[in-house]
Amino acid sequence: MSDWLGQAIASPALALFFAALLVAVTPRLLHGLWLVGVPAAALALLFALPEGMHGTVSMFGHELSTLRVDGLSRLWGAIFLLSAALTGLYGLNVKDRLQHVASLLYAGSAVGAVLAGDLVTLFLFWEGTAISSVFLIWARRTVRAHIVGVRYLIIQVISGLLLMVGTIIHQRATGSIAFNTLGLDSAGGWLIFLSFGIKAGFPLLHNWIQDAYPEATVYGTVVLSIFTTKLAIYALARGFAGTDLLIPIGAVMTIFPLIFALIENDLRRVLAYCLNNQLGFMVVAIGIGTPLALNGAAAHAVAHILYKGLLFMTMGAVLYRVGTVKASQLGGLYRSMPATTVFCIVGAMASSAVPLFSAFVSKSMIQGALGYEHMAVVWVVLLVAAGLGAIVPGIKVPFFAFFHRDRGYRVKEAPFNMQLAMGATALLCIAVGVFPGALYALLPYEATYNAYTLSHVINQLQLLAFAALAFVLLYAARLFPANVRGLNLDTDWAYRRALPALVERFRQSSVSLRARVMHVFSRNGSRAADWLASAFGLGGAMARTWTTGVMLLWVIVLLALYLVIYY
Amino acid sequence: MITHFFNQMPALVVVVPMLAAPLVVLAHRQWAAWLIFVGACWAIFGMAFLLFVEAKIAGQVSYAVGGWAPPFGIQLVIDPFNALVLLLVTGVAALTSLYARASIAAEIVAERGYLVYALLLLCIAGLVGITITGDAFNLFVFLEISSLSSYALIAMGPKRRALLSAFQYLIMGTVGGTFLLIGIGLVFMMTGTLNMADLASRLPPVADTHTVQAALAFIVVGLSLKAALFPLHVWLPNAYTYAPSVVSAFISATATKVAVYAVFRFVFTVFGVDYAFGTLPLGEVLLVLSAIAMIAASLAAIFQTDVKRLLAWSSIAQMGYIVAGFALATPDGISAGLVHLLNHGLIKGALFMAVGALFWRLRGSSINDLAGMGRAMPVTSAAFVVGGLSLIGVPATAGFISKWVLLSALFEAHRYLLVAMLLLASLLSIIYVGRVIEALYFRARPDDVTEHAHGEAPLGMQLATWALIAANIAIGLHATPELGAAQRAAAGLMGGGT
Repeated sequence: MSDWLGQAIASPALALFFAALLVAVTPRLLHGLWLVGVPAAALALLFALPEGMHGTVSMFGHELSTLRVDGLSRLWGAIFLLSAALTGLYGLNVKDRLQHVASLLYAGSAVGAVLAGDLVTLFLFWEGTAISSVFLIWARRTVRAHIVGVRYLIIQVISGLLLMVGTIIHQRATGSIAFNTLGLDSAGGWLIFLSFGIKAGFPLLHNWIQDAYPEATVYGTVVLSIFTTKLAIYALARGFAGTDLLIPIGAVMTIFPLIFALIENDLRRVLAYCLNNQLGFMVVAIGIGTPLALNGAAAHAVAHILYKGLLFMTMGAVLYRVGTVKASQLGGLYRSMPATTVFCIVGAMASSAVPLFSAFVSKSMIQGALGYEHMAVVWVVLLVAAGLGAIVPGIKVPFFAFFHRDRGYRVKEAPFNMQLAMGATALLCIAVGVFPGALYALLPYEATYNAYTLSHVINQLQLLAFAALAFVLLYAARLFPANVRGLNLDTDWAYRRALPALVERFRQSSVSLRARVMHVFSRNGSRAADWLASAFGLGGAMARTWTTGVMLLWVIVLLALYLVIYY
Repeated sequence: MITHFFNQMPALVVVVPMLAAPLVVLAHRQWAAWLIFVGACWAIFGMAFLLFVEAKIAGQVSYAVGGWAPPFGIQLVIDPFNALVLLLVTGVAALTSLYARASIAAEIVAERGYLVYALLLLCIAGLVGITITGDAFNLFVFLEISSLSSYALIAMGPKRRALLSAFQYLIMGTVGGTFLLIGIGLVFMMTGTLNMADLASRLPPVADTHTVQAALAFIVVGLSLKAALFPLHVWLPNAYTYAPSVVSAFISATATKVAVYAVFRFVFTVFGVDYAFGTLPLGEVLLVLSAIAMIAASLAAIFQTDVKRLLAWSSIAQMGYIVAGFALATPDGISAGLVHLLNHGLIKGALFMAVGALFWRLRGSSINDLAGMGRAMPVTSAAFVVGGLSLIGVPATAGFISKWVLLSALFEAHRYLLVAMLLLASLLSIIYVGRVIEALYFRARPDDVTEHAHGEAPLGMQLATWALIAANIAIGLHATPELGAAQRAAAGLMGGGT
């Protein structure tokens, strides 16, 4: 018992939950300690834990292992905890306790899920991330944010339900709930795959990312961009490494979000699309499944969390000071926010995989792994995606926000704590690019790789030069998609436009049906007709109080039903 | 002396509240009435716990009322199945007693306060009686005691609509009681006995007659009415909405649950699994009805504008979950139904108590009234959130345990359509719970609020609410004892009764 307790206390996830409690009850002065200090301490704790299964608990007659430490989970846990500390610093000036509590619970759930050794524990934390994170959207406290939050929550919970049902089926089929390679050769495996796919933003399952992330608070979007999707990448790497289906899925993911990113006006939404495209690189790598590819996926997850977090932080700072991140309304901010401009350029260069920046050392691993496996088509697709990716987040975001046409904003530089967080993240982006050895040493699998060969560097510089050229030409020829106000809907059109329209049609037709039925029955039996119509219309459903006579009628109907069946 | 007391405990659990009721009327004063009420409730809770332990050790506790040996006299039986229900009823009663003082003082005219206590005691006596009696006719008598007292309790609600609701409930309840009596009469006619165990052994030879089939139909329909099983649920939303808060909390957590218990006590113990579910297709009918209940009532709950009414509709949906578990008639299904019966009692009790505390402050329970109360009454609102999460079935709450075991049981029985229905219903529950939470936390207080609409509810109300919430969390984190007890109960029922 005491042994169990000791192991439970050693869980970094619990440390974050405890920090959330402390934030809720202690005065604001101490919040910095809990928001930055506790994740940092948990990070140290994670590296102090020996490899293996810890924290075994018995529940529902199953042995749950709540704490599995190995190369893969340690790397993911470490980057989650590191980014929790950085975002904590970034959000220090936020007065809203709710957001701090939610982000710590969210980060704790994500860390717990990564460290889960079995599917039931994974599910528990999986749901935890869904429920805690929605508050970061709701915390914006607008009607729109509320609606978006509900949509987001429903999709997240569907993912959780799929995971739960998949786990039950998997457990009945194999008798085991261990979270190891699952594969797609059973119904349970498929359901779990789908569940992971929703959170990883697979094509057609992805809309929630672009729908929800840009609607959260300044601080919330930064936090959201880190955990949920990368948790899903981890889960795929753990459960479905080497599944061939992932390669085409990932390849599609790398291309199509960029098209939307090109025409999107809200710069945070542009970043959300690019986030989706980068997930594609990781999904492809997991699909290849060789040690080098999996290392590439892991390294890219680390690099991606850092530079994407940095980009979201800079856009958050812009939103915080200017009040908008619409490309059509921004421009010339480099005069008033010079530090943020520099950080944004660092993030953009890191995301474009410029040599000496973080994504260069990770993305080239994935390309390299593809090359070794002779997957030429996918290789080309990813190259195109990398080129487009250099244009869209790499040039579009900093250019339209900070340069372009001066709109006359004269605002203050971002708050000091935000600058500090952005600076630290920017330094990490550069450090990873300059000293890749430190990151490679942490990677889970045995594979040697060197990013800085002459051909790699030249290849990449050529690609970037062409991307820059393309942008300049397009812009000069006024062919670059104009920044217009508007709402770009992709496949979420189905449930944001078509479904409501369908429901509206249904409602209208049932209203007219009701009117007709009422007309027919207006003399007699109107009550039954009334009930029929309103049950279809759902307006008051069957919620109205029936008269006692109608209630009794049902009693008799039911009794008759039983008697008829029995006779 | 002590052993003598232990031997008499099964009778005392019923007799104590029943005798406390006239004492309360004699005491008349509010505080004295309340003290007697608290004493009686906690005393029977303690005894129920001892009986639960005794039943766990011995397998069954039997008591012959008045020394008349069964099957001629009335027998009280506590087995693993009803020991759990008994624990739920008395436990909720004990917490209600803490809750009652402030709530009743605020909602009922002072001169009539003692009547509420007396009626609650009678209702408790009736429900406990139904739970532990081993005699079919005696069950009917206790059902009438609990029903009559609950009609009167609902009629005491603060709004005038309470009278009409109580009247409608009275008619429906009386019809239900009559059906039950007809059913009991029919089996008595065929067997000449009223003792349940005795009935179980005498029914099989005459089981193939229309009389016995009709008896089953009458009993199931009659008790389904009391259990608010779809489509016999319509009395329930009004009754729960217009009753005084304390009554809503107590009755929602116990009355329908006890009625479900009674249905399956008859079906499993008296008629037998093979007869009701094998020879006759009772299971199919109940599964269809409960599936409709889950979806239709959840949809109805979404459209409600009053929180009490919303919770009432959600109760109807949740009764669907419970009955679906039992109607599978597999050991896993029965234990899942029983687990949800208990958990839902705890969830709904807690939620109605939280709403009652909000009502205490606001004098209203419409969703619009609740706007911004998350800041004005943080403790109560937090209780509602946790209870709501449990209702949805979020991990680490009792509701999750229920959902998990129900889904497992449905999978094992290959009822995939019902799995889909249950998942859909739980998605719907997110919407209706979300609506309330949204009002509590994400809407601003209206500007014209007067100063008194701030500050928490009295300590007793908070204590009771949070005790139930704590029970939810405790079960959610450590469900093994509850699951074990439910499995023992299911094994006992499947094994052919008492």
